[in-house]
Amino acid sequence: MSGRHARRRWRQVNFAIGAALVAALLALALLSFAWTPHSATDLDIPHRLQPPSAAHWLGTDGLGRDIVSLLIVGSRVSIAVGLITVGIGMGFGVALGLLAAVKRGWVEEAVMRLADFTFAFPALLSAIMLTAIYGPGLVTSIVAIGIFNVPVFARITRASALVVRSREFVLAARALGKGEWRITIEHVLPNIAAILIVQATIQFALAILAEAALSYLGLGTQPPTPSWGRMLNEAQQQLFQAPQLAVYPGVAIALTVLGLNLMGDGLRDIFDPRLTRRR
Amino acid sequence: MLTLLAASVVIFTVLDVLPGNAAEVMLGESATPESVAALSAKLGLDRPAPARYADWMKGLASGELGTSIAYDTPIAQLVAERLVVTAPLALLAMALTTLLAFTLGLYAASQHGRAGDVGIMTASQVGIAIPNFWFAILLILVFAVKLRWFSAGGFPGWSEADGGGVGPALRALVLPAVALAVVQSAILARIVRSAVLDVLREDFVRTARAKGATPRGVLWGHVLRNAMVPVLTVMGLQFANLLTGTVVIENVFSLPGLGRLVFQAIANRDLLVVRDIVMLLAAMVVLINFIVDVLYVVIDPRLRVRRE
Repeated sequence: MSGRHARRRWRQVNFAIGAALVAALLALALLSFAWTPHSATDLDIPHRLQPPSAAHWLGTDGLGRDIVSLLIVGSRVSIAVGLITVGIGMGFGVALGLLAAVKRGWVEEAVMRLADFTFAFPALLSAIMLTAIYGPGLVTSIVAIGIFNVPVFARITRASALVVRSREFVLAARALGKGEWRITIEHVLPNIAAILIVQATIQFALAILAEAALSYLGLGTQPPTPSWGRMLNEAQQQLFQAPQLAVYPGVAIALTVLGLNLMGDGLRDIFDPRLTRRR
Repeated sequence: MLTLLAASVVIFTVLDVLPGNAAEVMLGESATPESVAALSAKLGLDRPAPARYADWMKGLASGELGTSIAYDTPIAQLVAERLVVTAPLALLAMALTTLLAFTLGLYAASQHGRAGDVGIMTASQVGIAIPNFWFAILLILVFAVKLRWFSAGGFPGWSEADGGGVGPALRALVLPAVALAVVQSAILARIVRSAVLDVLREDFVRTARAKGATPRGVLWGHVLRNAMVPVLTVMGLQFANLLTGTVVIENVFSLPGLGRLVFQAIANRDLLVVRDIVMLLAAMVVLINFIVDVLYVVIDPRLRVRRE
């Protein structure tokens, strides 16, 4: 019994750490609209590659920009990409998943084959194709990551909606003469919301990793907009002179993703304590 | 097969039909109408799209992929040259991932709830959060810049005549493979652990133990085989990640593989090369998922009965 309590406590601590990290990130991103220690875009070549000091807490980069300001402003891109791509994935994915679960038959088969097929195109492949035609940019990477999120949400929505639709209260609603779509909106959707929210935190984290990789490769955010992936790209070019530059943006990405993952795990436990007990 | 066909249609539509005139995209905005017309004629762009698609399919089936406009080299030859870097890197990384994940996952399961388990699970949670290309940069920082044990990038080639050799070539792939494997194995170790823990609670494990089987015998004979189905699912999905990860990591280490080729092709607007490489990568992802489906049945004969 005490072991179970200890594990539960451990999970609560993890969730608190995750939520704190995510809250801090959101606060920083919001703060960046009102205040940053220095400009994140103004170049100051005479003061390039400065070590940490009272004026520049983490020093300056190869173009003399303040690292702390770049990190703070860079968080905006990560959050925006996470929000929009999860929004795209959820919007289309949940609609398709519900359609498959309600209509069954060939509609379900078509949606699921489409989902299988989209899995053959990881975000990076879509981004490569789109960049070859439309050139690199934030919008290209958002579309590529968003497309990849659609089948993830479609599959999970269909699977959980099918389970909910076989429950007694749905039968009761049907017996009362409610239409299929009304049942879906009023009964099925609220009951699968928890699973979708947990999945959303996971996809949010994956989107941040994908955006960072695309920006690192030069396919995502373009200068002068600061982004963590781009900062790592620029840092690698100065690895011998200023190795510390390669550390900070990576730590920022890792802490954000860690926070989201811990929060997702914690939310899963809160929404479905049975699952935790079984584990 | 159907998935592959659908994939080819999408790739063709995006890279050949959507741009309007692919020759214009390839030559850039400053191109003269004459040069665009000449390239269009050379690539057969004046023919209808279905005919061009049929040509491309015939080329893929026969290995005749056309000629890269930037390198003026047959694309099949370019791809073959680059595959000798990408394929060994992906395989080495997958082997390392499997080794690390099974060792850590099994150890964590055997220590369930104790310090070893908590330690490995915490480390894997951190590992999942680390972008592989950042980990790669950190490896360069420590092992190439500070310790100088490895070079910071580049590839000497497999043949000694080119100044390389098997030893130096493998050496150049060590850091990239480790960068890919460490992050991937963080995910897989968690799956191995939870799959093994699930099976350990089954009645047949208790029966095997009651019959006097050694813990090692139970693990290899009963637990691992039954735990493999969920583990394989994730490994299949991971291979897709690994392939795209390879594209990124090759760029970190300046390895002349498919990943670098596709980026050079984007920079050169060499759409034919982009089209063929994206098709090749998508085909690999589909193929791996197919192999995983076949392996399910080999590992768990019950699935065959259910399917029939």
